[in-house]
Amino acid sequence: MRALLTVFAKEFLENLRDRRTLLSALLFGPLFGPILFGAMVSRMLNQSVVESDEPLQMTIAGSEHAPGLVRYLESQSVRLKFASLSERGAREAVRSGTAKVILVVPLEYGARLAAALPAPLLLVADSADSQTRKSADRARMLLGAYGSGIAQLRLQIRGVSPLLAVPVAVNEIDVATPTGRAVVVLGFMTYFVLFAVLMGGLYLAIDTTAGERERGSLEALLSLPVARGSLVGGKILATCTYMCLSLAISLTAFVFVFRFVPLERLGMSANLGVGTALAFFAICLPFVPLGAALMTFVASFTHSYREAQTYLTSVLLVPTLPIAFASIYSLKTNSSLMFIPSLSQHLLMTSVLKDEPVALFDVVASAGSSSVFALILITLTARHWRRETMLG
Amino acid sequence: MIEAQALCKRFGTVDAANDVSFAARDGEITGLLGPNGAGKSTCLRMLYGVLTPDSGSARINGIDIRGETSAARAHLGVLPHAAGLYHNLTARENIAYFGSLQGMGRVQLRRRTAELALALGMEDFIDRRVKGFSQGQRIKVALARALVHDPGNLVLDEPTNGLDVMAIRSLREMLHTLRAQGRCILFSSHVMQEVAVLCDRVVIIGHGRVLADGTPRVIRERSGAQTLEEAFLHVLGDAEGVS
Repeated sequence: MRALLTVFAKEFLENLRDRRTLLSALLFGPLFGPILFGAMVSRMLNQSVVESDEPLQMTIAGSEHAPGLVRYLESQSVRLKFASLSERGAREAVRSGTAKVILVVPLEYGARLAAALPAPLLLVADSADSQTRKSADRARMLLGAYGSGIAQLRLQIRGVSPLLAVPVAVNEIDVATPTGRAVVVLGFMTYFVLFAVLMGGLYLAIDTTAGERERGSLEALLSLPVARGSLVGGKILATCTYMCLSLAISLTAFVFVFRFVPLERLGMSANLGVGTALAFFAICLPFVPLGAALMTFVASFTHSYREAQTYLTSVLLVPTLPIAFASIYSLKTNSSLMFIPSLSQHLLMTSVLKDEPVALFDVVASAGSSSVFALILITLTARHWRRETMLG
Repeated sequence: MIEAQALCKRFGTVDAANDVSFAARDGEITGLLGPNGAGKSTCLRMLYGVLTPDSGSARINGIDIRGETSAARAHLGVLPHAAGLYHNLTARENIAYFGSLQGMGRVQLRRRTAELALALGMEDFIDRRVKGFSQGQRIKVALARALVHDPGNLVLDEPTNGLDVMAIRSLREMLHTLRAQGRCILFSSHVMQEVAVLCDRVVIIGHGRVLADGTPRVIRERSGAQTLEEAFLHVLGDAEGVS
């Protein structure tokens, strides 16, 4: 136990003095998620909020054939830009991006409208562009409303009740709670949290194994009268400590970011205060030794920093697999999934985020299964360290 | 006292050590001499217990390294072929790390480190980080690390490899001092001159077998050669002939 603590203290101190470890474990790793997340979400929110507030901009060609339509659009505070464009010219203009949405009024519009025949209008927009698609949707809605207004007037003039033309009245009820809707947006946040956990230990797992070998200090260490299990234990414990630090920094940053992201402007409430962050920390804690043992185990087989880095980058992706699998098959939270590490943490964090009740059994199953896997990996690592091939 | 008794080790089809027996005595410097790939490192690694022999045994002060590894290692200092240090730690911390893993207390460590710093001339850089040390400074720290628990026996695997003349000179002086203290020193080398200058006894190894064992003078006389180098080539040549 004394040897284990000696190894732990040395690895902790040595890596504290290593700029590369500090940057990746305590800066890039934990802050990557929150910053990227904050930037993405606030950009998404700003866009949609801004778009529905701003008046619709539309270019209209051949407006002289439809003075009524122009008056209607202006009354709906659409910002009209008048141009004289042919159909082809309009296509070109949209394709080249000089105009987003163009409404072309053909020559025969007036005559056909007067004759109560369907009057053609041409709406040119690019649906592949998510920005203009929204503008085009709004334009389509306005034009539809204009058309049904005229239809109702025509029926009234002919002494027919306009209600006959409205056979069904559809009312929509959206049951997504504000928090629930936010969870869709926040779903991938849990991966960032697990990513921060692993990044915190990545360089330590490499430095304490492949690094030891590359520096040539391994053989001297192995020839000391210390049980190999104590060496492995101390190294993994140091890795775990950095992972916990990284997790704490990451969660703090998330709490901070959530204060500034205007989620409530979209009617979403994100439930990430200090309490939730503490719950996240507790949920992720059993995942820490598992990740540390997995990375140390893999890195123990490598001979250089570079080789270890190559393998461990794929290890960083391992926790995404169960999460991706679960979302592809849209698995609902159930107790048997709680035995799968990373997925169980993801599900528990999502539940906490949604303010759903969390079953004690699920928490215990998640922590227990992760700990069992961690113990197996630690044992395997120690066994590998006892082999002669460890000398390389 | 370090004893090898009929040590055998095979890697696949290669006999790295084949019935290797010799003894290194206290108060003497014993040189394990052999060309590259002769099995010197394999023998030393079995002696300090990081490799398990297929058969045979190794004893440190009479204690079996396989049976009572920790007890045997307590009497043994090791400077392996790759004696890398931790660059982000100071010389003192490097030494203290190994001392602590040898089970030494803080007070004991401080006293011992001061002794070693004085004996090896490390006072100027003992509290500096190892990053940027010269080869001579590194070998001193590595040696101090191997000697921190004051072992009676010291094993060095090609300690002069890659060292410049000055560093080799100071290493030689340090080994002489350690011998004068009555320690048993066993080191391997493929450089003839080094062994001739340093050693009281020479064990020549080739193809995993002991080809000659004795003082440099006895080996010279036995093979009828003028210099140790000639004797070495003679002994090796015989071995080539039989194998």
